[in-house]
Amino acid sequence: MAPNKNQPLDFNRRIKELTKSKGWASFWAAIMAVALGLVFGFLVMLVARPNSAIAGFRFVALGGFSRIGNVFYFATPILMTGLAVGFAFKMGLFNIGASGQYTMGMFFAIYVALAMDIPNSVHWVVALAAGMLGGMIFGFIPGVFKAMLNVNEVITSIMFNYIGMYLVDMWIQSNALLYNSAMTRTRYIPSNVQIPSLGIEGSNVNYGSVIAIAIAILIYIVLQKTTFGYELKATGFNKHASEYAGMKGKRNIILTMTIAGGLAGLGGALAILAPSAIAGSSMTYEPINIIATAGFNGIAVALLGNAHPIGIIFSATFISHIQRGGTLASLVGYKPEIIDVVIAIIIYFSAFAMIMNNALGSFIKNKLRKNKEKDQSNSVSTEEVAE
Amino acid sequence: MNDYIIEMLNITKEFPGIIANDNVSLQLKNGEIHALLGENGAGKSTLMSVLFGLYQAEKGEIRMHGKPIKVNNPNDANAFGIGMVHQHFKLVEVFSVLENIILGIEPTKNGLLEKKEARKKVMALSEKYGLKINPDAMIEDVSVGMQQRVEILKMLYRNNEILIFDEPTAVLTPQEIKELLSIMKDLAKEGKSILFITHKLNEIMDVADRCTVLRKGQLIGTVDVKETTKEELSKMMVGRNISFDVDKKQSSPGEIVLSIKNMTVASKTHKNNAVKNVTFDVRAGEIVCLAGIDGNGQTEFVHGLTGLEKIESGSIHLCGKDISNASIRNRSVSGMSHIPEDRHKHGLVLEYTLAENLVLQRYWQNDFHNRGFIKFDQVKNYAERLIEQFDIRSGEGAETIVRSMSGGNQQKAIIAREIDKEHQLLVAVQPTRGLDVGAIEYIHKQLIERRDSGKGVLLISLELDEVLNVSDRILVIYEGEIVGELNPQETSPQELGLYMAGAKRDINRGNQHGA
Repeated sequence: MAPNKNQPLDFNRRIKELTKSKGWASFWAAIMAVALGLVFGFLVMLVARPNSAIAGFRFVALGGFSRIGNVFYFATPILMTGLAVGFAFKMGLFNIGASGQYTMGMFFAIYVALAMDIPNSVHWVVALAAGMLGGMIFGFIPGVFKAMLNVNEVITSIMFNYIGMYLVDMWIQSNALLYNSAMTRTRYIPSNVQIPSLGIEGSNVNYGSVIAIAIAILIYIVLQKTTFGYELKATGFNKHASEYAGMKGKRNIILTMTIAGGLAGLGGALAILAPSAIAGSSMTYEPINIIATAGFNGIAVALLGNAHPIGIIFSATFISHIQRGGTLASLVGYKPEIIDVVIAIIIYFSAFAMIMNNALGSFIKNKLRKNKEKDQSNSVSTEEVAE
Repeated sequence: MNDYIIEMLNITKEFPGIIANDNVSLQLKNGEIHALLGENGAGKSTLMSVLFGLYQAEKGEIRMHGKPIKVNNPNDANAFGIGMVHQHFKLVEVFSVLENIILGIEPTKNGLLEKKEARKKVMALSEKYGLKINPDAMIEDVSVGMQQRVEILKMLYRNNEILIFDEPTAVLTPQEIKELLSIMKDLAKEGKSILFITHKLNEIMDVADRCTVLRKGQLIGTVDVKETTKEELSKMMVGRNISFDVDKKQSSPGEIVLSIKNMTVASKTHKNNAVKNVTFDVRAGEIVCLAGIDGNGQTEFVHGLTGLEKIESGSIHLCGKDISNASIRNRSVSGMSHIPEDRHKHGLVLEYTLAENLVLQRYWQNDFHNRGFIKFDQVKNYAERLIEQFDIRSGEGAETIVRSMSGGNQQKAIIAREIDKEHQLLVAVQPTRGLDVGAIEYIHKQLIERRDSGKGVLLISLELDEVLNVSDRILVIYEGEIVGELNPQETSPQELGLYMAGAKRDINRGNQHGA
């Protein structure tokens, strides 16, 4: 006998399937989290400077739309670090070391760009690849520690954030080819090593954004369509079952962390190799012993995007949008620090997407149940008559 | 006057996609033992969870002495005098027996524990009902049987009048089962009312006064046990006739498939080895059963055999090939199929779909991927074939998330996967645990079918009936050693029980291994 589907339940089931589908739930959860974040952000602006709150909030919420090119430009690095966190998360690993991987990737790219002699046509491509390699190394090491010695990856990757940052600052300051001591920054990267611009006026947006989005899609395909993705997710869901099925857990941990590191490293390379709108200049790095924020923003991006590569494209763009708009709020008298607080609040609440996901889920379920109870009390009374 | 102590009337409880209880009623008389019988997923546990306050029913009401009551959580249940012994005991391992019994309602004096009174009360109860305990022993050191007596005392200490036993005999030896059943009778005589969830018809016939049967969430009926038979009950439960005797031909063992020599496996919990110097063979076309009480090294043995753990010493040969240190995948490819003990921990990725789980051992084979890209069409076709062939039932076919399936169908999925895979040896570890007679019959048939098609079957089981009915040869494991080899046709449950409890031991067998 085949499992028969109850006819009257069919419609309800379809609604349930739709509302129960993971994509739907996490999408609405993200939207709700963002809305909540905006409300609280507005409240802070209201407290800080009541008179210009509305004008300032308009800038925060909508200002990004007038600078769409820059929104994508600034979204690129956090999109990459977001992927680095989200990808590892799919395997049940918390890669908090995206900052170190990002910084290391940036350094490798700077080194290739400034200190190596490579034909012009492929110079920026080689620099990007080097950046990826740098990040991979810094993902590989915590991966090895986790796989071989069962050292928690959170601890090693936090330590590697510091190791990476101090190493890079030291290497840069001690290398005259890279460091301009008068400016206390890295030297300008020649324009032929910069990533080609997409040519939107007044913006730095470049092929880096296209590369980042393409990589997000590639990661999506790897996760959904390949045996490697199948193993990776299986391990993330149930380590014991993946072991039972003979998957190479240790190899997969190392591979996952290495790839995650590579993603963050590429993010660093894309950030530093971006073209400057001002001729003769470039992006620079200032070695002042501060851990790159892009890594931590990546965690927020990954959480808001529910660790889904496509979701991460949108969440990175959103966070970049809020940040771009925020810088405009200074036009109506907000201090940059307050703007940072507001942005942080919005991001912070946005990261509640996971919690919202659950809350929303049970809310919908209760609602459905109540509806059904109504239906049933009707239908049951007829049943009882029939009996 | 109403002589029902508890009435559950027209209870309906739904979960997404499934109606676990559909208008079910159950009336418990004062002082009776009332059995609750049903297949897996029939809704027994759900019904009892509703009574115990773990779930809220969507419809229906619970009455106590004729008055409606509301049980919102287990604390409420306790206040109404309803107690439950769960299938998996809820005890603190590192606390003493006494501490576990008084946990949660400890008597105190000036903020300090006052155990003297409690001890007196516990010991009085223990004597009254013949529940032998050692109040100062740590739970981790006492037998499963005593742990269960502790659970019963917990209920009595709280003056519970209505006692729910959720499959209490599943973990006990035959001797312990006998004891428990007589304790239950005594409790009923003292006026306690007992709800007894079980799959085992013999036990119902032995102790129960009445029996309520559920099937697929619906009430089939309540019968007087005196006026019914095992056959009738089983028919009510599954809706068709079930044969209790496993129907099988004489075995004809062939070549040696598995050869284990002096295998020793370390224990994770204590310093001694969990498996000591085990040696035996399994031949093609026979079912060898490794029998024993839970916790005598079976788990470690299986882990060593299948590669989940490294063995300390000894050797394992599969079809003549040395696999003592081979990887899990290598053993699998060499012809070992493994139905694991814990289907949720090892056997399935619960978040994956049925189709994805059915290829868990084969997704890497060329049939299912093309240069690393999974061929989803092939996976689906393959899954649909297995679903049909093995009658795996689920809400949405191959696309069902396995977590939402019933235990029996989850197990069927594992069995389908392991049997359909190329293999010479099938290692089945407690394959029928927690399943109902219908599913058990099905699984036994599959095991015998494997044997008859010339595969070696190694069955690890705790169930005496299963051991005696299915196997061609019995090896008894006790404290990590093989203490006896028995012929199921010549031995009795009593003799087997003695071996399992360590009271009897085959001297020859012991010598053969050395110390």
